[in-house]
Amino acid sequence: MLVIVVLLTSLALIPLISILSYIIYKGAPAINLDFFTKLPAAVGETGGGIGNSIVGTFVLILIASCVGLPVGIMAAIYLNEYMPKGMYSSTIRFVIDVLLGIPSVVIGIFAYLAFVKPIGHFSAWSGGLALAIIMIPIVTRSTEEILRLTPNSMREGSYALGISKWRTILHIVLPYSIKGIVTGIMLGIARVAGETAPLLLTAFGNHFWNTSISEPIASLPAQIFEYAKSPFDDWIQKAWGAAFVLIMLVLLINIAARSLTRSRLKNVD
Amino acid sequence: MNSHAQLQTEVQQNASLQQKIYQKRRFRWMDHGFKWLTFSFGCIILIMFVWIILELTNESKQSISKFGLGFIFSQDWNPVKGEFGALPFIYGTIVSSLIAIIIAAPISIGIALFLNEMAPKWLKQPVAFMIELLAAIPSILYGLWGLFVMVPFIRDWLQKPISKYLGGFPLFSGAPIGLGMLTAGILLAIMIIPIITALARDVIRVVPTLQKEGYLALGATKWEVIWKIILPFARPGILGACILGLGRALGETMAVTMVIGNRAEIKASLFAPGHSMAAVIANEFTEATDDIYLSSLIEIGLLLFLVTFVLNAGARFLIWTVAKGSKGGVKG
Repeated sequence: MLVIVVLLTSLALIPLISILSYIIYKGAPAINLDFFTKLPAAVGETGGGIGNSIVGTFVLILIASCVGLPVGIMAAIYLNEYMPKGMYSSTIRFVIDVLLGIPSVVIGIFAYLAFVKPIGHFSAWSGGLALAIIMIPIVTRSTEEILRLTPNSMREGSYALGISKWRTILHIVLPYSIKGIVTGIMLGIARVAGETAPLLLTAFGNHFWNTSISEPIASLPAQIFEYAKSPFDDWIQKAWGAAFVLIMLVLLINIAARSLTRSRLKNVD
Repeated sequence: MNSHAQLQTEVQQNASLQQKIYQKRRFRWMDHGFKWLTFSFGCIILIMFVWIILELTNESKQSISKFGLGFIFSQDWNPVKGEFGALPFIYGTIVSSLIAIIIAAPISIGIALFLNEMAPKWLKQPVAFMIELLAAIPSILYGLWGLFVMVPFIRDWLQKPISKYLGGFPLFSGAPIGLGMLTAGILLAIMIIPIITALARDVIRVVPTLQKEGYLALGATKWEVIWKIILPFARPGILGACILGLGRALGETMAVTMVIGNRAEIKASLFAPGHSMAAVIANEFTEATDDIYLSSLIEIGLLLFLVTFVLNAGARFLIWTVAKGSKGGVKG
């Protein structure tokens, strides 16, 4: 029995090691200063970089965070602090469950229909909004769970001092659980940083520097997709390089998020 | 002078009292204000959800009214002629996801049992962390790795030997090109292992310790405890975990589109290239020029939404029954 489960476990770890090592082995040689600062080279030329995609990914994450984080966190505060039970809250929880399960490409269709079609062209903000919709249920779920872990005695102590409820939430509950909330936010960001399908339908892609959020914008995942399908060796190498940057970004956020919660748990103990 | 000073202090007191009352009022207003503010952000989530359903149903109306139920059963996908049938995509999605779940379910349950019941303490954390990392890798990177590493590997080490000896069977017929249903299924399996493992671990964790220990005290081996206590108790929950994994596999887009071959055909062979619902949306959506073309793609999106919705609801229910059962068990 032990042998079987150890075998099964190592079977699952082989792909992980293979993916990470291939991305480092093939991607790292593509990395140089030009790679981070230059625009993509024209078809047939070598050189150039993916500077615009890296900036684009950060712009999209910024838009998604500006829209998604307030909605996610405030909704979670209402769910846990004001109305832990009841029709309204259980409906929201159910909707969050459903939203978590919706394929991201369907969110992309929605964002296209709602934000791109009426305007008539692809834009950075529609991509950001699509990512925000993916981010909101993740952030709401994790924030609510963290808030639930805040001991009630903290709230009661605050009420006993005559502090009103909203100030208790802002000054007692949120500071106490801030590390857990930040962890949830970071995991949400890490998740949307690698989303591709919704961006193909909304932000589309751009071979130049983006100057306005109402224009199409390049992003790392979309650029990887475009280059990976191409027949040029140089572009395929660029795809591996972009993959290297993306996975470093995602893994660093993930590891940082996890180390945050671990230290918080130690404090509680 | 005395009365003047008195008056002054009185005025001051009055002012500070007024300020206090004013502050109190302001706080009370803020208390309500903050509550309604958070309430309205909850409403945004609900509105968003309803809006998603409305947009999807509205925009797919054209295709629904033109093709009706035939949309699901027709094999013709010919944008040039204006014929749209989603069967090849539905078939590809179902077959690749089933391959994925058949491979992923036993592996995930094995990992969950290893991590929860057998692994030494020093190994538990790092292995669990690595499995979680598998979930953090974006699907486009799975696609990239799948296309350049897994496709050649499967072609040379799996498909070539199989087609050499079993090529006569329709299931394994055709040229071993690497791209196709089988590759997509295996890649999907890798991607859903962390999800099923995490959920299966949660379910296995709530199996009452008393029952396990009681059985061990009767002289049962670890093997017997797993097969006769843990797995039967956790069965509905594990089933739920697998269904959630299946739901994830159905909607997976980028990784699938890079390795499945993107051909809208139904072939019996697992080696043949196919297509999937999510992949066709990602590939053709921005190229769809006709209204009816776009509408058909949106209808595929709507179908995907409905299927994942039903699967998720069912899976949550199954997991919930296990959690409820364990509470009863502890009390008893």
